[in-house]
Amino acid sequence: MADLSEPETGTDEHTLLAEAPASVEVDVASLTPGMSLVVQWRGKPVVVRNRTEQEMKDGEAVKLADLKDPIARNANLPADAPATDANRTTPGKEALLVMVQVCTHLGCIPLGQEGDFGGWLCPCHGSQYDTAGRIRKGPAPENMAVPVFQFTSDTKIRLG
Amino acid sequence: MSEGHSTYTPRTGIERWFDARLPLPRLVHDSFIVYPVPRNLNYAYTFGGILTVMLASQIVTGVVLAMHYTPDTGLAFNSVEKIMRDVNSGWLLRSLHSNGASFFFIAVYIHICRGLYYGSYKSPRELLWVLGCTNLLLMMATAFIGYVLPWGQMSFWGATVITSFFSAIPLVGEWIQQLLLGGFAVDNPTLNRFFALHYLLPFLLAGVVTLHIWALHVVGQNNPTGIEVKSTTDVVDFTPYATVKDAFGIIVFLFFFAYFVFYLPNFLGHPDNYTIANPLKTPAHIVPEWYFLPFYAILRAITFNVGPIDSKLGGVFAMFSSIAVLFLVPWLDTSKVRSAVYRPWYKVFFWLFVADVLFLGWLGSQPAEGVYVTMSQLATLYYFAFFILVMPLLGLIETPRRMPHSITEAVLEKRATSVKAEE
Ligand code: HEM
Ligand code: FES
Repeated sequence: MADLSEPETGTDEHTLLAEAPASVEVDVASLTPGMSLVVQWRGKPVVVRNRTEQEMKDGEAVKLADLKDPIARNANLPADAPATDANRTTPGKEALLVMVQVCTHLGCIPLGQEGDFGGWLCPCHGSQYDTAGRIRKGPAPENMAVPVFQFTSDTKIRLG
Repeated sequence: MSEGHSTYTPRTGIERWFDARLPLPRLVHDSFIVYPVPRNLNYAYTFGGILTVMLASQIVTGVVLAMHYTPDTGLAFNSVEKIMRDVNSGWLLRSLHSNGASFFFIAVYIHICRGLYYGSYKSPRELLWVLGCTNLLLMMATAFIGYVLPWGQMSFWGATVITSFFSAIPLVGEWIQQLLLGGFAVDNPTLNRFFALHYLLPFLLAGVVTLHIWALHVVGQNNPTGIEVKSTTDVVDFTPYATVKDAFGIIVFLFFFAYFVFYLPNFLGHPDNYTIANPLKTPAHIVPEWYFLPFYAILRAITFNVGPIDSKLGGVFAMFSSIAVLFLVPWLDTSKVRSAVYRPWYKVFFWLFVADVLFLGWLGSQPAEGVYVTMSQLATLYYFAFFILVMPLLGLIETPRRMPHSITEAVLEKRATSVKAEE
């Protein structure tokens, strides 16, 4: 994607965008529970959220049958993996949710920690996601995507 | 009516010279001077003329704006600001153009309602109606694309959402979306192609408008009674009667337009569009321009999956269908009577429909949560029921009121009752 866009001539914040490399290192050491950070990856915002105890509990309590999209949409797992809370995260690192923060409806960027499910609320047409980024209500068809990534150390993540 | 042969007689040598080579004066004479129009046309019939004026105005202001505008993501926003501050009368041009789009839509919606009320879509005016619907579609495309050009937050996110509609289409959707965008996201290639299209489409529109008026002049105008013209007492000459009435309608309309242009230039716009586009942040309340709100509400009303169709495809399908269904109106309405004046029940359903669309528009401006979603779903249901149930069924069961035999009789009857009322 980066290659397709023209070099930016503007001086505003999205000048950074065009140069987005194929993989990005993210240091999550400073993320305490309840904090999120957003990085730009392949032109899209990727959120890393250190979920609170309560958020994890809420995510685990959800029954698969109640999900609109029962598939994990986790690029690090088989394509048909079920959308359990665990399958949305990494074993041993369940608190950290790494996710492309783009609404699966029509591409807006949902607002964090909003809506009926304590996860994300899309301002465009009201799609609501839970604390594991799974679609629960509104017109979006799929859970928000978990991108390809790996932990390179205890506190570092490499996207892509 | 076109069958009636031309009464034009060239008087001067120049007129004779032209008439033998390119009979343009004859065309104007036959179409806009002695052209017969029903004698009972009311002010709802002046909106065709108003629309023509608005199209011309959009083209003139647009072409001059294009001389000062730069279609580049790094420069577009600033070039519009430069138009507002530095270009002589640039503020006026832009105010005319952006409010002009709004008033264009006000006029077209009234024009369409006029058609729906007086049954102007019925035989032999089906093609005239279909061409009109094509005009609406072109206008919508042009206005949406134009709104992207100033490259504000609403421009960017509106473009993201609307081009994503196409990604809902199975198999070819993603490909169409990438073709529109010129990449995977809204970016410089998108802005460049949008500018090219925004310049092109109004001229296509002008072409279809010409066909629309041509078709009109073949079948003749409908009128508030819906009764076909039968004799010469039913009609008057276009000039001076229709010319003066149209001119008066246009002037009154332009008064309202000017009020917005000069005193409320941003009233119909959105403040977020004065923030430069930021691909990393969607504004907290994104709404399209007011003239798309009813359709936006229909899009958002489909929050559920229907069999294999997921909510996303369903919403997009419902939204496109809400326009597509207009094209089918001539074949959906089964009533033998054209005008709602003589259709007591249709009249009720028609006004309910108007109220429903206004309600949908209001819902479109509200957040898509809680009761608003349910209300949008009900209003969407009525929107489609009006076309798919009411139009075909009502025509079969409704008893129309007694109709006069001719336009002349209708006019004289009305005059008689009003004279009696005065006595
Ligand atoms: C069917 C007729 C047209 C409609 C409905 C229409 C609609 C619009 C709209 C809604 C905008 C955004 C206004 C704003 O918020 O700033 C716009 C911008 C623009 N339009 Fe048009 N337009 C039409 C014809 C044209 C034509 C023929 C041109 C000639 C090239 C043109 C050139 C422009 C330019 C350069 C802009 C960007 C500057 C600006 O935003 O003010 N338009 N148009
Ligand atoms: S883009 Fe998020 S709900 Fe439509």
